[in-house]
Amino acid sequence: MSELEQLEALVTQVRRDILRQVHKVNSGHPGGSLGCTEFLVALFKEIMDRKDEFTMDGKDEDIFFLSNGHISPVLYSVLARTGYFPVEELNTFRLLNSRLQGHPTTHDGLPGVRIASGSLGQGISVAIGAATAKKLNNDAHLVYVLCGDGELQEGQNWEAIMYAAGNKVDNLIVSIDLNGQQIDGSTDTVLPMGNIKSKFEAFGWDVLDIESGNDLNAIVDGMKKAKLRTGNGKPVCVLLHTVMGNGVDFMMHTHAWHGKAPSDEQLEIALTQNPETLGDY
Amino acid sequence: MKKHTNTGNKDTRSGFGAGLTELGKTNENVVALCADLTGSLKMDEFKENHPERFFQAGIAEANMIGMAAGMTIGGKIPFTGTFANFSTGRVYDQIRQSVAYSEKNVKICASHAGITLGEDGATHQILEDIGLMKMLPGMTVINTCDYNQTKAATIAIAKHHGPVYLRFGRPKVANFTPENQNFEIGKAVVLQEGTDVTIIATGHLVWEALLASEILMEHGISAEVINIHTIKPLDKDAILKSVAKTQCVVTAEEHNYLGGLGESVARVLAENAPTPQEFIATQDTFGESGTPAQLMDKYGLNADAIQKAALKVIART
Repeated sequence: MSELEQLEALVTQVRRDILRQVHKVNSGHPGGSLGCTEFLVALFKEIMDRKDEFTMDGKDEDIFFLSNGHISPVLYSVLARTGYFPVEELNTFRLLNSRLQGHPTTHDGLPGVRIASGSLGQGISVAIGAATAKKLNNDAHLVYVLCGDGELQEGQNWEAIMYAAGNKVDNLIVSIDLNGQQIDGSTDTVLPMGNIKSKFEAFGWDVLDIESGNDLNAIVDGMKKAKLRTGNGKPVCVLLHTVMGNGVDFMMHTHAWHGKAPSDEQLEIALTQNPETLGDY
Repeated sequence: MKKHTNTGNKDTRSGFGAGLTELGKTNENVVALCADLTGSLKMDEFKENHPERFFQAGIAEANMIGMAAGMTIGGKIPFTGTFANFSTGRVYDQIRQSVAYSEKNVKICASHAGITLGEDGATHQILEDIGLMKMLPGMTVINTCDYNQTKAATIAIAKHHGPVYLRFGRPKVANFTPENQNFEIGKAVVLQEGTDVTIIATGHLVWEALLASEILMEHGISAEVINIHTIKPLDKDAILKSVAKTQCVVTAEEHNYLGGLGESVARVLAENAPTPQEFIATQDTFGESGTPAQLMDKYGLNADAIQKAALKVIART
């Protein structure tokens, strides 16, 4: 397999993991998870400079924060399949006594998670803190954070966005999952946010778009460009144009699967569309 | 009887500033964040000495708390500084998720707590913060009584790994605890031994409790005065040991009786040794504008109110 084929195989397997995790416990958030599958696979496999061994401090490596913690199924799958914990543990998603809580937490010592998230709007602030600590420690590595687009409705984000530009936090790449959907409907109908790109630019950020946010090549190219734009006095924002529910035809382009699990029948159809590649857990 | 002497009125927030200055010199991992109240929090000296370790967050407390949580991930020990109201109620969810639940080593340092904030009035006078903070699992809650103790506590919490809420105040009050004292988190300090009633006080009410004990002594009543600087974890043994002797207790705090020290003490007593208790605290009310002294008088947070409560609780035994 070529490198791209290997990544594509991993993406398909992660999609299966997401669907099977959510189906088993009849809860969780498949839509946003599927929409960010290619991004997280590309980020962890191709973009970030990571160490094999997880340490909370994350010194001398790139670190990642998931601000929209509800897409935990994709994070857990990618973490497991990049070696942070055994893939069999995906079986415990949302079960009693599991490290794989409904929303990610440090509370139970799950490798790969450095902050609890779920209550929205806090990730950029945390990432700025971690990026600032890296500068104090003379650690030239980067801090990545992924946020939902609906999440930007939380005011804390704009405090953070203002701070990062004003204080030249330029070792930070914030990616926004621009799928245009949130629980109650499209972002335009729930609370229109206007032009997100102009807003970030007006706050002093360097913004770039990844128009095909579900295309591995486009993501890798876009994120490599984003990396090149760090260290220039501005924080970097990547607008990742994705399709919620990507890879499962009946889940795509709708908010309906934001926080809903598929039935047995729906799971079967969804898995048929994503045949096993690297082995189910 | 052990006498306590006021060596001169000083504000507890200056004790915090002095402690932070010392930490700046001795611990290079200590960083400070402030939300546009550097002078009020007495953080200027740290800022001047270590500009690279001082972070001005602006009037954006939620982001400040999140940043502090993130900085711990690089091994830093962040001290955040703003008024108690903006340190707690305004940022409760940020503290809950990013600090407490995430078990981050953040020190939330809160000045102008309680009604002695004074003239700014009820919008700024939080009387609910101890309750908010003590309800968070894993959070240590400290309310210091004077300048010396606040300085010692500031230095001590840097050595403690875990989230801490450090509460202090605005006005100049009696400074009577020893200079360079050894501050033990969770360890009550018996300031005065007595046999007839136990007075358990925290923060600015500790000095008032000592004054109350002098009034009581004139009535031939021997009061034991305990300074509970750490409300969580609470020094259960010290409380039980004292009430075993006195059989009654007055708690005193500059906080709502709901959620404060008094309720924590009542729980310990109810579980172990049910004991008559009187509560010196605000009575589920907001504050108002006035001088700190006027407000302490109006809301019954002073030596006279404590001694009256002591007489009342003794009569109940």
